[in-house]
Amino acid sequence: MAATRDGYGQALLDLAENEKVVVLEADLGKSTKSLHFRKQYPERTISCGIGEQNMLLTAAGLASSGFIPFASTFAIFTERAFEQMRNGVARPNLAVHLCGSHGGTHTGTDGSSAQSIEDLAIFRTLPNVVVLHPCDDVSTRLLTIQLADLSQPSYTRTARNKTPVMYDGRESEIEIGKGVIIKQGTDVAIIACGVMVSESMKAAEQLTAQGISATVIDMHTIKPLDEELIERMAKTCGAIVTAEDHNIIGGLGGAVAEYLSSNIPTPLERVGVKDRFGESGQADEMLDLMEISSPHIASAAIRAINRKK
Amino acid sequence: MSMSSTELQELARKCRVEIVKMVYRAQAGHPGGSLSEIDLIAALYANYLRVKPDSPDWEDRDRFILSKGHASPGMYAILAEMGFISKQDLESYRVLGGVCQGHVDMKWCPGVDFSAGSLGMGLSFGMGCAISGILKNSERQIFVMIGDGEIQEGSVWEAAMAAKHHELGNLKVILDRNRIQNDDFCETQMRMFDIPAKWEAFGWSVKEINGHDMDEVVEGLEFLKNTNDNPAILIAHTVKGKGVSYMEDNPSFHGAAPNDEQFAIAMAELGEVVN
Repeated sequence: MAATRDGYGQALLDLAENEKVVVLEADLGKSTKSLHFRKQYPERTISCGIGEQNMLLTAAGLASSGFIPFASTFAIFTERAFEQMRNGVARPNLAVHLCGSHGGTHTGTDGSSAQSIEDLAIFRTLPNVVVLHPCDDVSTRLLTIQLADLSQPSYTRTARNKTPVMYDGRESEIEIGKGVIIKQGTDVAIIACGVMVSESMKAAEQLTAQGISATVIDMHTIKPLDEELIERMAKTCGAIVTAEDHNIIGGLGGAVAEYLSSNIPTPLERVGVKDRFGESGQADEMLDLMEISSPHIASAAIRAINRKK
Repeated sequence: MSMSSTELQELARKCRVEIVKMVYRAQAGHPGGSLSEIDLIAALYANYLRVKPDSPDWEDRDRFILSKGHASPGMYAILAEMGFISKQDLESYRVLGGVCQGHVDMKWCPGVDFSAGSLGMGLSFGMGCAISGILKNSERQIFVMIGDGEIQEGSVWEAAMAAKHHELGNLKVILDRNRIQNDDFCETQMRMFDIPAKWEAFGWSVKEINGHDMDEVVEGLEFLKNTNDNPAILIAHTVKGKGVSYMEDNPSFHGAAPNDEQFAIAMAELGEVVN
C-alpha cells in the first residue's frame, strides 16, 4: 500500500536534474508531497502562499519563459483557479503541470468541503489539457515524469490515502494516453481510474465467484481518452462498467459514454458519486456511503451484462 | 536613440489616430482605455523596452504584459509603429483570422507576451516572467500595465503580496488610473480610497505622475527602470478617452465605437486628414 501523492513527490525528485523543472506550492507542499523537492532545491521552489490563482499564472509566466513548472495544491483548491487555468494556461497552451491531491470522497474525514468530486470533469472540458488520475504510486511517479516531456498543460489528481500497488514489475506498460488491462476477462470490461481500480479488482473477484469473467482496465488518462482500447472492449466484452470516485456527471463515465454513444453503442453502467456531496468518514466508509465500493461495481457489471442483446 | 518628449507626443498622436480607426472600422472595441494608456505605452516602447521587432521571441527581451487586455488597440498601434506588425495588420482588428484579436493574444500577434482579456491575471503572469529572469541571471525587466478598475480583482493582491515576498526588483507595474470602468466611474462601482497607500502597505515602491504629461511620463518610466531592489509601481493619472473630446471622461466610450460623424470629429481633433 502506498499513496499516489507520494509517487508525485518522488517524481519531482527524479525530475530535479532537469534544471528547467520548477515547483510551485500554495502552502500545501507537506500534503501534496512537493516538500521533498523544496528541501533539496529551495532555489527552484516558489512559495505562492495561500493563493492558488496567483500560483497558476506565475507558473504560466515561468512556462512562457522556458521553464517546466509543476504546481500543486489540494484538488478542491485547483478549482478556485479554474479560470486562470482556462484563460492563462490552456488557451495559450503553456505546459504548466497542475496536480490536485486529496481528490475524491476517499479523502475522508475532512468532509465534503475537501472532497473534490468535479475536478476531472471541469478540467476535461479545457482544450489542450491532459487529465490524469493514476491508481498507485508507481504509475503516478512514472506518469508525472512523462509529463515533463509534454508540450501542453496537464491536470493530475492524486489521492490522500494509501491504495494497493498495482504496477510493481509492470512499469513498462505505463504511458500517458494508454489505458492498461490489469486483468483480462471476457464477459464485461470494468474501466476505472484512481482508487477505484483496486475496488474494481475486488469486484472482479466477487464476479468470478459468480462465474462471471471481468476485464479490469486502469484508465489513468481521462483525456485524451484511449478510444481504441474502449472500442476493443466494446467488441470483445460487449458490456462496460465505469468506476470513479467522482461525480457521475462529466468524469470518466461521462467520457466513456460520450465515446460509446457516438461510435459503438454498448450497454454501459456508470459507477460514481450520484450527484451529491460527501461527509466526514473514513475512506472505506465513504466508498460504501457513496455506493461506489466493490459490491456496487459488481452489481453494475451484472446489470450491464443483462442488457446485452 | 532616445526620443524627445515632443517626438514621443507625436508618436502617441499617431497611435491615437490608429486606435480610433481600428475601433471605428470594427464598430466595436475599447477606445477609452486605449487612449488613456497610449502616452505611457508609446514612451515605454520607444525609449525603454529592450525588444527586437524582427525577433519578437528573443528570449532575453524585456516583457510587456498588457493585463487590461481589452485595451488592445493601444498596444496594436504601438506594435505597428515599432514594426512588430504591419499597418495593414491593424485592419484585422476583431476580424476573423486576424492577428489583432479582440483582446491581445500571444498565439496570434507577434510582440504580445501574454494572452490577456480576463482582468487580474497579468501581474501574476508577470511574476512568473520575473522569477524566470532571476533564475536565468538575466537583466530583463518585466513591465505590466494594469487598469484601476482591475485592482478590484482579489488575485491582483495575491500577486502584489507575493512579488514583495520574493523581492522581485525586476517587476514593474504601470497603473492606468483613468477612473472609469465598464459600467460607470470607479467611484460609483467600487470605491478604492488611497491606492498609493495600498501598494506602499504591500511593500512596493510607488510614484505618481500625470500620465499625459510626457515629461512626467519619462520621469516615471525612469523611476521604474531604475528601481531594481524592490517591485515598483507607477500610478499614472490619466483621462479615459484622452484626445477625443466627446470620449474624454465619458464612461460610454469604455467599450463603444464612434459613428461616422463622431469619427470625423475625432480625426479632426487628432490632426489627421482623412481622404
